[in-house]
Amino acid sequence: MAIFLDENSRIIVQGMTGSEGMKHTRRMLLGGSNIVGGVNPRKAGETVDVEGKQLPVFGTVAEAMSATGANVTVIFVPPAFAKAAMIEAIDAEIALAVAITEGIPVHDSAEAWAYNVSKGQKTRLIGPNCPGIISPGKSNAGITPSDITGPGPIGLVSKSGTLTYQMMFELRDIGMSTAIGIGGDPVIGTTHIDALAAFQADPETKAIVLIGEIGGDSEEKAAAYIKENVTKPVVAYVAGFTAPEGKTMGHAGAIVSGSAGTAQAKKEAFEAAGVKVGKTPSETAALMREVFKSL
Amino acid sequence: MDLFEYQARDMFEAYGVPVLQGLIADTPEEVEAAAAKIGGVVVVKAQVKAGGRGKAGGVKVAKTPEEAKELSKNIFGLNIKDHIVKRVMVAQGASIAQEFYFSVLLDRSNRTFLSLCSVEGGMEIEQLAEERPEALAKVPVDATKGIDLATALDIAKQGGFDDELAAKVAPVFVKLYEVFVKEDTTLVEVNPLVLTTDGQIIALDGKVSLDDNAEFRHERESMERDELDPLEAKAKAMDLNYVKLDGEVGIIGNGAGLVMSTLDVVAYAGERHGGVKPANFLDIGGGASAEVMAAGLDVILNDPQVKSVFVNVFGGITACDAVANGIVGALKTLGDSASKPLVVRLDGNNVLEGRYILEQAAHPLVTVVDTMDEAADKAAELANR
Repeated sequence: MAIFLDENSRIIVQGMTGSEGMKHTRRMLLGGSNIVGGVNPRKAGETVDVEGKQLPVFGTVAEAMSATGANVTVIFVPPAFAKAAMIEAIDAEIALAVAITEGIPVHDSAEAWAYNVSKGQKTRLIGPNCPGIISPGKSNAGITPSDITGPGPIGLVSKSGTLTYQMMFELRDIGMSTAIGIGGDPVIGTTHIDALAAFQADPETKAIVLIGEIGGDSEEKAAAYIKENVTKPVVAYVAGFTAPEGKTMGHAGAIVSGSAGTAQAKKEAFEAAGVKVGKTPSETAALMREVFKSL
Repeated sequence: MDLFEYQARDMFEAYGVPVLQGLIADTPEEVEAAAAKIGGVVVVKAQVKAGGRGKAGGVKVAKTPEEAKELSKNIFGLNIKDHIVKRVMVAQGASIAQEFYFSVLLDRSNRTFLSLCSVEGGMEIEQLAEERPEALAKVPVDATKGIDLATALDIAKQGGFDDELAAKVAPVFVKLYEVFVKEDTTLVEVNPLVLTTDGQIIALDGKVSLDDNAEFRHERESMERDELDPLEAKAKAMDLNYVKLDGEVGIIGNGAGLVMSTLDVVAYAGERHGGVKPANFLDIGGGASAEVMAAGLDVILNDPQVKSVFVNVFGGITACDAVANGIVGALKTLGDSASKPLVVRLDGNNVLEGRYILEQAAHPLVTVVDTMDEAADKAAELANR
């Protein structure tokens, strides 16, 4: 099973022929993902040899889909062109679009999201500014290293890339069904709640780790959602307890303004929903191990 | 980045939003000249990015250029919520009949744009939202459609404007939305938007926040910016994502989330070691090279408050051997000037190679520790010696 991405995923890469796109196409292929082609209007019709596999380049996402049966696209195009790439994916109604690109203007992300909503959300958008999604042993769409952990019963959803890796590493003795980095930008496609709903419905996932960070109210909403809708055990971690107010900490969205959005407020929201919150990544992993002892 | 009021005024003017004449001045003499140029009653307004300027004595009305000059002497150098006034705007005086509120902003929670509007303006928006929530209209704006005249009229009416006033303010809302989109902002706020006694609508004070991600499509090089801490300025020049904090343990990591988490773990460890705290946030980013690592170390080791450094890297794209080479190379370059102990924790991509490089270099200042928690504890302990 796993969520959103599995062994049947056929992946194309928008921006495959660029340096980032090529580097990660190679890494995804070596990690076992089924990459079936790339998109670049200026190189349409060409074929690129990646690790011995001949990957065709198409002019548009729609052409790539009809020629290869692709159902997932990973977007590596530079920030200035990312909105157009997301809208092209939405227009083609591809099932899953994973936008890795960092530094996209928020007006572009907001417009792309509004466009997806106006089109009935036929495309699941993950990101932008995220590491992507990996279902270990099945498929990897993004920049997450494929070898941190193997398949297992934990579902992981996180705002942060490296914290996703850290948590996968901490829990590599148990393994993961799917790990999703949803990104730390102010406007993102897939939210904590979307992932929670899918993990709750996924028979392979037995327990869920949720990683949040300061800024916004995604964690508070997730806590309320868990209380009403999630019966599987959830353990949470929130980064940024010591972050000062009014300073942006790397992620465009990670800024505390006023009392809303603090790590403390998020922790309290989770605990009020019966979700245990680890003080550190290792403590969070230890809480998850306890969950598995009692399952 | 937030703009100063005068920058917001100039931006509004460029889009045809009605504003009053306003000139910046950095000395009392410049204030006098500006007031003489504008003529009549003027308002001298402190240019700081903080609320409550009026209460702090940062806004004064003057009837003559001489009076403006004298009043400005008490405004320059004023400390308003830790912002020292170095520049003022001399603005044309207005005869106000009525004050309103309008803003458009990014509503992160709902992944959309939101317009806030009220016929009752003048007070702080937080106060209005608390005391008279029913008077403040909150109208979602579809990013694919924006605010046209019909939408603007609807927003005004929801904000309590009567038909006649709504017809007057709506075209201004349309122009303000144009500023919001075309300048890639996350907030455009006018408070107050006023009706003058002679029937004009004027944006009397404005707040604008720009999206830093959109800098590539705007000419903003010449824009006055906040003065940075010297170390922050140095880091910015090297394109590093650095925030100076008030502690003793220097932090370098990769990825914003992991670095924030590292700050927390170090602060907890500090509780066991004399209350030492993180000295900074520094994210060397994904795929960081040896050069970036060296630049980061250079910034942190130059912070006199730093007593120890914790390098915490989980290699995803970033390769641990590159990080290790960066550390070794930086220490070589810095030579004797590097005198602070480094605690290094590496995991992930090429971890064994990375640890091996540090082991071979055997630098007396470097301690390699296996886990994040143990490394944080060691760094805090060293900072407390």
